[in-house]
Amino acid sequence: MTPSTTPGIETLISPWDDVALAAALFAVDPAGTGGVALRALAGPVRDHWLALARGLLPTECPRLKIPLHVSVSRLLGGMDLAATLQSGRPVAERGLLAQADGGMVELSMAERLEGATTAYLTAVLDAGEVVLERDGIAARTASRFGVIALDEGVGEDEQLPAPLLDRLAFHLDLSRFAMRDLPKEAPWGTGEVLAARARLGNVKIADEMVETLCGAALALGIASIRGSLLAIRIARAAAALAGRDQVIEEDVAVAARLVLAPRATRLPAGEPSPEEEEPDQPGEDEEPPEQPDEDGQGDEDTGGEDRPLEEMVLEAAQAAMPRDMLDRLRQGAARRARSRSPGKAGALQQASLRGRPIGARRGDPGPGVRLNVVETLRAAAPWQVIRRREQPAGDRVKRVEVRRDDFRVTRFKHRAETTTIFAVDASGSSALHRLAEAKGAIELLLASCYVRRDRVALIAFRGQSAELLLPPTRSLVRAKRSLASLPGGGGTPLAAGIDVSLLLADAVQRRGGTPTIVLLTDGRANVARDGQGGRARASEEALVAARLVRAADIRALLVDTSPHPQPKARELAEAMGATYLPLPYADARVLSSAVQAATG
Amino acid sequence: MPIAFPFSAIVGQDEMKQSLLVAAVDPTIGGVLVFGDRGTGKSTAIRGLAALLPKMRAVLGCAYSCDPAADAGALCAECRERANKGGVPKTHSVPVPVVDLPLGATEDRVIGALDLERALTQGEKAFEPGLLARAHRGFLYIDEVNLLEDHLVDALLDVAASGENLVEREGLSLRHPARFVLVGSGNPEEGELRPQLLDRFGLSVEVKTPGDLPTRVKVVRLRDEFERDPAAFVAKWKRKDGKIRHQLESARKALSTVEVPDLALEQAAMLCMALGTDGLRGELTLIRASRALAALEGATVVGITHLRRVSAPALRHRLRRDPLDESGSTVRVQRAVEELFPA
Repeated sequence: MTPSTTPGIETLISPWDDVALAAALFAVDPAGTGGVALRALAGPVRDHWLALARGLLPTECPRLKIPLHVSVSRLLGGMDLAATLQSGRPVAERGLLAQADGGMVELSMAERLEGATTAYLTAVLDAGEVVLERDGIAARTASRFGVIALDEGVGEDEQLPAPLLDRLAFHLDLSRFAMRDLPKEAPWGTGEVLAARARLGNVKIADEMVETLCGAALALGIASIRGSLLAIRIARAAAALAGRDQVIEEDVAVAARLVLAPRATRLPAGEPSPEEEEPDQPGEDEEPPEQPDEDGQGDEDTGGEDRPLEEMVLEAAQAAMPRDMLDRLRQGAARRARSRSPGKAGALQQASLRGRPIGARRGDPGPGVRLNVVETLRAAAPWQVIRRREQPAGDRVKRVEVRRDDFRVTRFKHRAETTTIFAVDASGSSALHRLAEAKGAIELLLASCYVRRDRVALIAFRGQSAELLLPPTRSLVRAKRSLASLPGGGGTPLAAGIDVSLLLADAVQRRGGTPTIVLLTDGRANVARDGQGGRARASEEALVAARLVRAADIRALLVDTSPHPQPKARELAEAMGATYLPLPYADARVLSSAVQAATG
Repeated sequence: MPIAFPFSAIVGQDEMKQSLLVAAVDPTIGGVLVFGDRGTGKSTAIRGLAALLPKMRAVLGCAYSCDPAADAGALCAECRERANKGGVPKTHSVPVPVVDLPLGATEDRVIGALDLERALTQGEKAFEPGLLARAHRGFLYIDEVNLLEDHLVDALLDVAASGENLVEREGLSLRHPARFVLVGSGNPEEGELRPQLLDRFGLSVEVKTPGDLPTRVKVVRLRDEFERDPAAFVAKWKRKDGKIRHQLESARKALSTVEVPDLALEQAAMLCMALGTDGLRGELTLIRASRALAALEGATVVGITHLRRVSAPALRHRLRRDPLDESGSTVRVQRAVEELFPA
């Protein structure tokens, strides 16, 4: 529909055709493609696409839906309690991921997927089997399936967890489609999909095409090698779907548009960069004797006559990028790549429980203490022979008799995780210095506190608003990357800074953590919440915001960064209920030890 | 179990491959931690290694695969009793266990617990060994080790240090040997590792996605070929894998005869001092790893080249962290090596 944006491709293809093509390619090889990240709000367009994908998948393939709150035992498998009690011997229950073998799973609200659930899922995707070691049951079940991860995220911050995204071939964004744009009929039917499935194993791809796709991935700044691997699988599937036994340029272009384009972190440079033509690395593995001959010379060809094909592929990829993505990439890709690291849902949080299990004890279940079924059974087990003997002869024999004494409950040691939120006044001339020291303090804190599993976040406020630069994280690597470049200068929207900190602190609290706000400022607000200048109103609003922090009973530390301690800052600290700490020449080390002392 | 990608077909990633082999030659080094980018074949390498390990002799019918040649202290209760009575056990040849500790595992399966089936059906109190028992004399592999739940890490730390699993639960009270090489992998972006756990790993390796086109093309091509016909691919690389297996076997035999000259000991001490690593574990690991590397390469004496090549994996995770120093720990180790022992 937008032919002007696709120069250089023979067949002009409308975007919906591509999105539909992804559904068909997924149906051809669900496990091989890894799956689809489907970014769209719930609605008729998404339903339409899902119906298409489900419809194209051969009927015998399982189609499972996994809700966000799925428990580990349902996901991976565990003990089937009903059957165990019924039969009097442990019976295993197959988890959803084992049931999905040969088909697909749909993950709802995958942008909110927790770190642990993501890790279980990616482990199964990688190994092609579910390895179960739970509740007295050990099993390995082969299972290969494709994932359709529904992503209802809004904005850059809400994204699928990076480890999952990396494994899914297609990253589709349906938000630009309206129902009226969609064709009534799908261009493919199950017949074509079945034929393609039969053909897929024999589809050949020329070495130069493999090289082209790898080169294009590199030129687009796609670091993970999975991107190239998936592109090749998709090129093959595209050829199979088109009824070919050999991958041709058109199929390579499909892979470029569907797999490479959404992963790009930069636009290819106009000219081939010198590294790309570098000869083979010294110290490389020697070639195996059985290896076919073409390997060595293939590497040398890369610069030569492949160029036009690679150019075509890059053009195809670029043409498939939406306008806003192109703009973002032109401005520099760092930002996008950054926000792709795992979201706020970040590191491990146990699915439905908080704190650390400290083993099972005898006791009754109740609020905050959960019955540990397997341990209860274990406690009851040794007595079964005796209890059966005790049962009056006439009664129906109970297979397993569990008495109250057997009850075992799991208790959790609730040591709330601390999250230190740095809110840094990044206004004016000293901003860069203050930010740099805050950054240093964050890194020091992360390095010294990770023993206690604490998290750190950074908010900067300047100009007209406050911005979350580093969502709560425990990863030093991630913090370093996020903090590589920091903006500074402009007015002081102090109230906005406090508001955003409070919002984040509240979110931390709701997840069961303990937030501490460390506010670095000189207390001289001059921008009000609505972005308007004006010292008096800005100060008043800042005080109101500060009182909210106090009302919420959130621990706070105010570090006065001005050369001479300011009464305004002290006043603000009092309003916040914060510890006041004048540190005119705060350096990273002093700051981090002050914060450590304050947060205990 | 799905067919593993052959170890010898892994392109590049020399430090990772070398470290895994070194740890396999000398289990006392204490295992390998592989940290790095997504999609760099971390678990592929470990599964590949599992496939080529030479077999070992084990006591027939022993739940812990006890070593018939081990002395009484390293045997399980049953085998020890037999040995004390002067009995000679029947043995058989078994593959070296490479046990996965999957995320989401529960404590009872890791440590071992009351055998529920026997308890329910026969009213017997029997111990059902867990993963730690299965990993005895082999490898325990934890993918995404930095996401492992805390209580499992606790269980692991103790056993990894003592080589023995002590079970006190559900009225069971027993101990069994559990000596294994701990192998972990993960992506540092998902979170840090507890320092105590970090310390249990003898070697630590950083892997990066190859950035040059020829290597990337080669990786993709081989992987693609493997996926299309795993069995044929493995057959094609069988000889190369066999060569590595042979190399491992001879290195294990030669290990005790490799000489460590005083100069090498001195050099290791100098390096650790220059880097300010805590304690003696760094030095010990450095020496053991150099010796294992020498054995792998058929050398009879540990030389400076061996020391140089294992210094980064043996020491980089033992440096005191200084986050304000932008250069990573790898660079710091390399710098110290270059200053002390210029090539």
